[in-house]
Amino acid sequence: MIKHIKPALLMLLFFTVLTGIVYPLAVTLFAQTLFPNQANGSLLGSDDQPLGSELIGQAFTRSEYFWGRPSATSPAPYNGGASSGSNQGPINPALTDAVQARIKALRDADPGHSEAVPVDLVTASASGLDPHISPAAAAYQVSRVALARHMPVDSVHELVDCYTEARQWGVLGEPRVNVLKLNLALDQRLK
Amino acid sequence: MTANGLLQITLYFVVLLLLAKPLGIYMAAVYENRPVFLKRIVATLEVGFYRLSGVKPEQEMRWSEYAAALLWFNLFGGLAVFALQMLQAYLPLNPQQLGNVTVDSAFNTAVSFATNTNWQGYGGETTMSYLTQMLGLSVQNFVSAATGMAVLIAMIRGFQRTHADGIGNFWADLTRGILYILLPLSFVLALMLVGQGVVQTFKPYPTVPLVEQGRADNAVLSAIDELSVSGNEDQVLTQTLAVGPAASQIAIKQLGTNGGGFFNANSAHPFENPTPLSNFLEMLAILLIPAALCHTFGTMVGDPRQGWAILAAMTLVLLSLLFITAGLEQGGNPALAALGVEQSVSADQSGGNMEGKETRFGIVNSAIWATATTAASNGSVNSMHDSYTPLGGLIPMWLIQLGEVIFGGVGSGLYGMLIFALIAVFVAGLMIGRTPEYLGKKIEAFEIKMAAIVILIPAFFILGGTALTVMVEAGKTAVANPGAHGFSEILYAFSSAAGNNGSAFAGLSANSPFYNIALAVTMLAGRYGIIIPVLAIAGSLAAKKTVPTTVGTLPTHTPLFVMLLIGTVILVGALTFVPALALGPVVEHLIMSTVP
Repeated sequence: MIKHIKPALLMLLFFTVLTGIVYPLAVTLFAQTLFPNQANGSLLGSDDQPLGSELIGQAFTRSEYFWGRPSATSPAPYNGGASSGSNQGPINPALTDAVQARIKALRDADPGHSEAVPVDLVTASASGLDPHISPAAAAYQVSRVALARHMPVDSVHELVDCYTEARQWGVLGEPRVNVLKLNLALDQRLK
Repeated sequence: MTANGLLQITLYFVVLLLLAKPLGIYMAAVYENRPVFLKRIVATLEVGFYRLSGVKPEQEMRWSEYAAALLWFNLFGGLAVFALQMLQAYLPLNPQQLGNVTVDSAFNTAVSFATNTNWQGYGGETTMSYLTQMLGLSVQNFVSAATGMAVLIAMIRGFQRTHADGIGNFWADLTRGILYILLPLSFVLALMLVGQGVVQTFKPYPTVPLVEQGRADNAVLSAIDELSVSGNEDQVLTQTLAVGPAASQIAIKQLGTNGGGFFNANSAHPFENPTPLSNFLEMLAILLIPAALCHTFGTMVGDPRQGWAILAAMTLVLLSLLFITAGLEQGGNPALAALGVEQSVSADQSGGNMEGKETRFGIVNSAIWATATTAASNGSVNSMHDSYTPLGGLIPMWLIQLGEVIFGGVGSGLYGMLIFALIAVFVAGLMIGRTPEYLGKKIEAFEIKMAAIVILIPAFFILGGTALTVMVEAGKTAVANPGAHGFSEILYAFSSAAGNNGSAFAGLSANSPFYNIALAVTMLAGRYGIIIPVLAIAGSLAAKKTVPTTVGTLPTHTPLFVMLLIGTVILVGALTFVPALALGPVVEHLIMSTVP
């Protein structure tokens, strides 16, 4: 039984070097060569003036911006350094309270809009960093954004359509709107 | 279920089953040391490893020797992870200057990664340095997966051999599993994931300015913030983006049924799983090797139909449970419907219970992942199981409690399923009054005793651990959700630990000395309490003669046997855990459906 100690230690050492050092370095080398933008976080804008990451949502609360999914990260929403979901169970009163307040905030920002609210707009995402909302959630906010920006509703609709991504290859995932890119486009900061 | 939902599920299973067969046949060739195309590149490295460690790969080990080699290797691996965490503040590659991990958390994490569980009591991006993630966690992802595969191959040799003493050489099985299977697959997958947007860098976390600088000046709108912000009233002007060498680790955590996320939100994090395609690839990687190993088994025992029968049983159970979870999650949360929330599916939204789910994945991909990751003992998540509807969350928990044999962990799933196959032929043998046989081996008292241990150990630790925890203060204070759901969180935690799964009802604050130690003990029992009896069975089977097939032999490749096997798994799982499940998810469901 003791005779296995030596190979155990040596094998661990070799595999540590191979899978713990050589492998990640090789992947990094190839990744940084083939896909430099993706490997470094898919940043929008230029290197010295980044506008955020295409993949990581940001908090938006003003009327003139589209709002993203509620985020449960702490201490502030959309904390890119500490991802987290709410982990609230379906009948937890804290969940219903939170959803109620989110509906109220949406309604207060856009009085007269009394349709049912799309579910993804009032429920926290799994990561707290979800960059997307559903097309329904974007459509729900068009009237508010158009009013706040004194823009015709139709041109806001057009912009939303522009930033709506279909299912990948027409099959995979769900249709979605990238909130950060849409808002940057509204501010005309995106090429 | 929408047409597109059905299409995505069909596509997933078709691609999985198409890839599984060639990979399974390839793995059989690797473990039987037959020529494979990678040999020209890898053989030198392989021989070098043997020579430098003083290992003779052709030297057969008895089952007890095989177990001893495995245990030493896993012990040292666990100690290395423990040491790295205790010293990471003094070591390089720590750009965020993260401190050393606490003793109990480091112990829990070391056990967790050595046992292929990858339960995470910590948040990756706020706790572990790049060095710890690479040298400790990534390495264990490879070696713990290869360990599980080695045990399976040893067990298959038990069926193959007649009057034999040995069941193979642990060092050779371990080395081949990593060099020929896990490492090449991981490398390819990692690069495909980076192409989709998974990060792979050694730079520190970048900081970007927020587009909407500062907080809303509109008092009404800031109400939406105050729900999730605790205390911090400072203006938030920038966003720090956690990055790191993630893709290389994510590839192996999916392929090796490890599941430990680079980031806290695991594969829900957009840097860990950015697109529907990356999601599809990662989901494939969860079940690919467990499914392929069924073909490896069929090939090695010389009867591919035996592998197909097991794979069919696994697929049928998973598909049925997947449709239940998808349906329940699509149904949404009645408590929210009452508030005026639109949860129905349309062309413009996936609808359903979206709390704790990501928009790009919607309901269907969250449900496929949740059931696949718990059927396999992977434990990575792309949605938060804690926020599932009560019965939608019961299914993943029950899949773990079935013993992680529906696909299961790499290696461990199939050796667990073969134990159930032994039980199934034993039960059938009792019914018709014949000595049970499986693949030409008589199944006798010793095998059945060992199989009983394999089934009883996880059940004992899950139910005993949960019972103990709800009786002590340190157990109860960690619960995040009130009522029956809190009980579910605890039950899920012990199921996950005993099944070496690693996923969680993550509201549970399990990073405390009580949970860290209790769950670590459960993980150890759930891993080695099964590996040792399985190897003992392998040794016992290898020593037996092979009995010829007669008209009285129960064929084990027929639809009848598939049903018998499914029945055995379901019956044992149901009888053991339904009472406990009734106290958690079932009660919660009844409350949810009665309150208007």
